[in-house]
Amino acid sequence: MLISPVAVSLYKVLIIVNVLMGGVAGMTWVERRLSAVIQYRLGPNRVGPFGLLQPIADGIKFMMKEEVVPAEANKLIFTLAPALSLVTAMCAFSVVPFGPTVELFGREIALVIVNVDGGILVALAATSLGVYGIVMAGWSSNSKYSLMGGLRASAQMISYELALLLSLIGVVLVSGTLRPVEIVAQQAGWFWNWNVFGGWQLLGFVIFVVAGYAETNRLPFDMPEAESELVAGYHTEYSAMKFSMFFMAEYINMITVSALAVTLFLGGYQLGFPVPFSGWPLWMLQILAFVGKLAVFLFVFVWVRWTLPRFRYDQLMALGWKGLLPLALANLMFTALLVALDVIKR
Amino acid sequence: MESIAFIVLSILALASALVVVLPVVRNAVVCALALAVNLICVAGFFFLLQAQFIGFLQIIVYAGAIMVLILFVLMLLNVHDERHLGSSGFFQRYLGPLLAVGFVALLVTSLVASLQGAEFPRAGAAYGTVATLGQELFTRFFYPFEAISLLLVVAMIGAVLLAKRRL
Repeated sequence: MLISPVAVSLYKVLIIVNVLMGGVAGMTWVERRLSAVIQYRLGPNRVGPFGLLQPIADGIKFMMKEEVVPAEANKLIFTLAPALSLVTAMCAFSVVPFGPTVELFGREIALVIVNVDGGILVALAATSLGVYGIVMAGWSSNSKYSLMGGLRASAQMISYELALLLSLIGVVLVSGTLRPVEIVAQQAGWFWNWNVFGGWQLLGFVIFVVAGYAETNRLPFDMPEAESELVAGYHTEYSAMKFSMFFMAEYINMITVSALAVTLFLGGYQLGFPVPFSGWPLWMLQILAFVGKLAVFLFVFVWVRWTLPRFRYDQLMALGWKGLLPLALANLMFTALLVALDVIKR
Repeated sequence: MESIAFIVLSILALASALVVVLPVVRNAVVCALALAVNLICVAGFFFLLQAQFIGFLQIIVYAGAIMVLILFVLMLLNVHDERHLGSSGFFQRYLGPLLAVGFVALLVTSLVASLQGAEFPRAGAAYGTVATLGQELFTRFFYPFEAISLLLVVAMIGAVLLAKRRL
């Protein structure tokens, strides 16, 4: 009963949700300390050693604060919006394999929550539903800043979703499957087998990362919450835990986009070089490799945010529609040609 | 398990559809959100019928893109109160319901007629997967598929031309 397939799935969900939440807490600390380093100041260093307990203090603060709901707001939708943002952000992670199939307690356990046909589409469906959280928040707050933020967010996310989807099709063409588990399995061995090198997907990778930054509404594409024009965009009217849920959703989206980039382009949990041993030392190392690659991506996310200035809105749209979309189409044609000419063999 | 999911989805789908059309909620944005819930429920039906790929497309295209665009327009128009937009005129008041009832009657009779003596073979494991669907689309249904894509391109260019006379 304790290790029936359903129970195992539940354990996996439980572990992933907790790890993601822990990752969010860690990321807030990293973001604040790293931004401090970039700006030549100290950052939060009072709570615990190196300020490591700061996320806990922040969490307590968010829970103790007063919840303010605007009088003219649509209460139901105002309350649903942050929850929807958080849930859709988490759903997308369910198809990412964070390790190989391992043997634990005498049974085979795949280190992924769901392995369905068309797994990549699950992640895309979840991110495309993520727009609703922001749109609902923007509309229900009944404030012009929120509304403008929500409108900008939906326009931006729909525009960049196209480039994101098209850059993924290259990987799908090369691997011939939509299951992330199989895509990762094909990238085993040396690191030149990874899709970004062996699959000739360097351009697709760059497009995916740029579009990913826009999808997660991070700088230099954080138009929806541009402080100097919109106060705080779609979450202007939110306070306490509801605000913090938007915050968590943003960080989980960052983690998910990074995880997808690692899985589809950079070999997922594969080490990148053959090792002479197998069994538990290998899969432990592979999980570490996955986390390590993820950490590099998240570091770059923070680094970019505190280094680059914000785009103007028309520049953002021009980049999406006139830059990334044609590039992604060209990448698709190029990959199709390579596959048809048997240059890429999987 | 399957029937529980079916019942829950059906109730949700019917309830959200009623919210869209009944004059209980006089708020266009809430109605649009209810329609989005309805579309996701329909995707759930596709999953129950082992047509995962179409289910995912239903969510990505309809719920994720088209409904968001509709919401976008509604929010920009900012229609707060719709009471003054109520039905008016002879056609809307009398002919509309008549046409609706006629359409439902047509649907029911054609459904009943097609269900008589029909057999429902169980779908295989590969049914509804991306591979099977792609194989069918690019072999058996190749010409209809290409014709539809051409039609969509024409529609897109036409829309741009109509909206922007001077480019």
